[in-house]
Amino acid sequence: MDAQGMPAAHGIEAGLDRTPASVAKGTYLEAVHSWIVTVDHKKLGILYIAYGLVFLLVAGVEALLIRIQLAVPHNTFISPFTFNRLFTMHGTTMIFLVGMPIVFGFGNYLVPLMIGARDMAFPRLNAFSFWISAFAGILLYYSFIGGNGLAGTGTAPDVAWFAYAPLTEKAFSPGHTIDYWAVALLASGIGSIGTAINILATVFCMRCRGMTLMRIPLLPWLYATVAFLVLMAVSPLTACQAMLLIDRYLGGHFFDTQAGGSAILWAHFFWIFGHPEVYVLVLPAFAFANEIIPVFSRKAIFGYAAMVAASVGIGFISLSVWAHHMFTIGMTSFGNAFFTLSTMLVSIPTGIKTFNWLATIWGGKIRFATPMLFSIAFLFQWVIAGLTGILLSISAWNWQLHNSYFVVAHFHYVLVGAIVFMIFAALYYWYPKITGRMLDESLGKWHFWLMVIGFHMTFDVMHFPGLLGMPRQIYTYEPDRGWNTLNAIISVGGAIQAIAVLVLVYNMVHSYFRGVVAGPDPWDAWTLEWATSSPPPAYNFAIEPEVASRRPLWDLKHPEDPDSAFE
Amino acid sequence: MATIPLQHAKHDTEWRQPSRGMVAMASLITAESAIFTIFVVAYLYYIGRDIAGPTPKQVLEVPWFYSACLLSSSGFIIRAEHAIEHGRMAAFRIWWLVTILLGLTFLYGTASEWYKLIVHDHLTISTNLFGTTYYSLVGLHASHVVVGLLMMLIVLSFALTRHLRAEHAYRVKVLALYWHFVDAVWVVVFTVVYAVGRQ
Repeated sequence: MDAQGMPAAHGIEAGLDRTPASVAKGTYLEAVHSWIVTVDHKKLGILYIAYGLVFLLVAGVEALLIRIQLAVPHNTFISPFTFNRLFTMHGTTMIFLVGMPIVFGFGNYLVPLMIGARDMAFPRLNAFSFWISAFAGILLYYSFIGGNGLAGTGTAPDVAWFAYAPLTEKAFSPGHTIDYWAVALLASGIGSIGTAINILATVFCMRCRGMTLMRIPLLPWLYATVAFLVLMAVSPLTACQAMLLIDRYLGGHFFDTQAGGSAILWAHFFWIFGHPEVYVLVLPAFAFANEIIPVFSRKAIFGYAAMVAASVGIGFISLSVWAHHMFTIGMTSFGNAFFTLSTMLVSIPTGIKTFNWLATIWGGKIRFATPMLFSIAFLFQWVIAGLTGILLSISAWNWQLHNSYFVVAHFHYVLVGAIVFMIFAALYYWYPKITGRMLDESLGKWHFWLMVIGFHMTFDVMHFPGLLGMPRQIYTYEPDRGWNTLNAIISVGGAIQAIAVLVLVYNMVHSYFRGVVAGPDPWDAWTLEWATSSPPPAYNFAIEPEVASRRPLWDLKHPEDPDSAFE
Repeated sequence: MATIPLQHAKHDTEWRQPSRGMVAMASLITAESAIFTIFVVAYLYYIGRDIAGPTPKQVLEVPWFYSACLLSSSGFIIRAEHAIEHGRMAAFRIWWLVTILLGLTFLYGTASEWYKLIVHDHLTISTNLFGTTYYSLVGLHASHVVVGLLMMLIVLSFALTRHLRAEHAYRVKVLALYWHFVDAVWVVVFTVVYAVGRQ
């Protein structure tokens, strides 16, 4: 059909691609089969998110067990050996099997839709990446059954998520648990690199007509930065897992201190991955905020170009700060000064982003729907997390508090206060697009307030036992240290957060069947994913869209005052 | 159809984006470079830290001939790229075959070096730090040569059965980019292992 021959657009109605999703109903087996063989970016995105949410529950239970053990001094709820396994598996799971899959899930689902493409650049690579990541998760958890640990029974890795050498060498970890850990991370790393390549090729090569680099919505821009960071950061992790396996299986000496190998080299290699990884996880949280805050403030994002520059800047700076995890390992004073200053440098682009979000909200017509509530909490918590981060970047201060609960509080403030909060915001915001139904708002508000209360009870308070000298990764403590009340409050806060997450789970299941039908554009938003029906058809757009500004749906809804007139 | 494109102006303007094959290969090369960097850093860090022999200076000989084979293959693959772009398929097959033969020669060089080291010098991956880092780094590079050769052999089989035509020039160029990367990495590995490491 000749597009020119269609009647002039009447408001939003004419421009929306309302082609309904195919509703072919097959048998149960056919449905399962279609999910297993799918190469559709939307289905793979949902698989990623579901996989991440399942492991969120698993790792959450591990966190609760840790908190029960630490709620009172001299507790004997779990053994020291189990405790070591729990915090190792909690950390590894949350980073590799929760954070990365959910981040990649949203990226898979949203990036092609937002740039007006029909799929990722390499759909089959996409499916491969997901399934190898899923395999990695199952492999890691199989170690509970097949681990063959020290005692000859099934166990799990117990060397902390950074797995410092030489504890991981054959001499000190003779069982197979470290092998499960290393191979699982190797496999998940291959999946992550595959997805990163796919995202970069999609963002730069699959844009619809008219979407120049400076018209890409901020979310795909940030995902491109994330993909670049994955290439630069996850590859070193893959390399050092290969080294560890060479040591363990071929008798190599990379980290074998008795043959001259270096434990410090492992620490450097791990944190060359480990610090950019934080930004791999937090930049998508920024990306969600970049989409949600403008829509619920009814204003275009403030300082688009500065946001792009700041995000890419964070990507580059974060590659040169890793040794701030290692101040107490013994570096030269030049090294300490360099990594203190480079770490502080990160606060400049992140500050730019924070002020841009505030300027976006400023003077806006704010709607306090659940996604916006989570975004506002994110703004506060992210600033506090950044401030304790600046404290910890000062090497002299760091020497006092390294490996204390202050550090644990700081990084959970980032991982939960910023990343998990924005993942929740993204779930509320895009759930209608993914399922076609709204999440329940009042349950959402229950979820939000319980989460805020639980989060602050746990992680605000957690700073203080750290300042009072409580080290991380201890399975119990003496009653006369002055940590008792604080630890009890932390544990109660953890339980409240667990209830909040259960409210979310109930909301997601309930709303899937009973939720209000969303329609294509429930939030009156401006980016291209809302131009399709909810859920979108397999091919996304029947006709490739063409855009003339950063907010194509605004142009469509407001032909009298289009953004394109100002670009 | 219930659809209208969001905008339908400027259909005459050209809409160009980078090719996804090249962007993806460049991304893969970025990731691979990071992996090689880690192994190179480990090699440099452990030079001279061994508590037992043999040392690089005692056992390593500079593989001038085989290195020249590998590096010159980059020149021949460029000839092949030019040939297929201009539809000269006979020339393409010759240059492509020459590239593969040079790659195989290089691989033979690595194999014979390893044979000498293992059988005559009794240096294995578990002997000392030098053995661990040397076999890992050179082995990592050799495995990339093997992958490149396998891909090029697949292309060769298509070329010999006349399934490969001039319109596939772009895919050949993507693969050639990988081969250039493998060669460039050898410059680094050569410098580190045979120039710096034998000091």
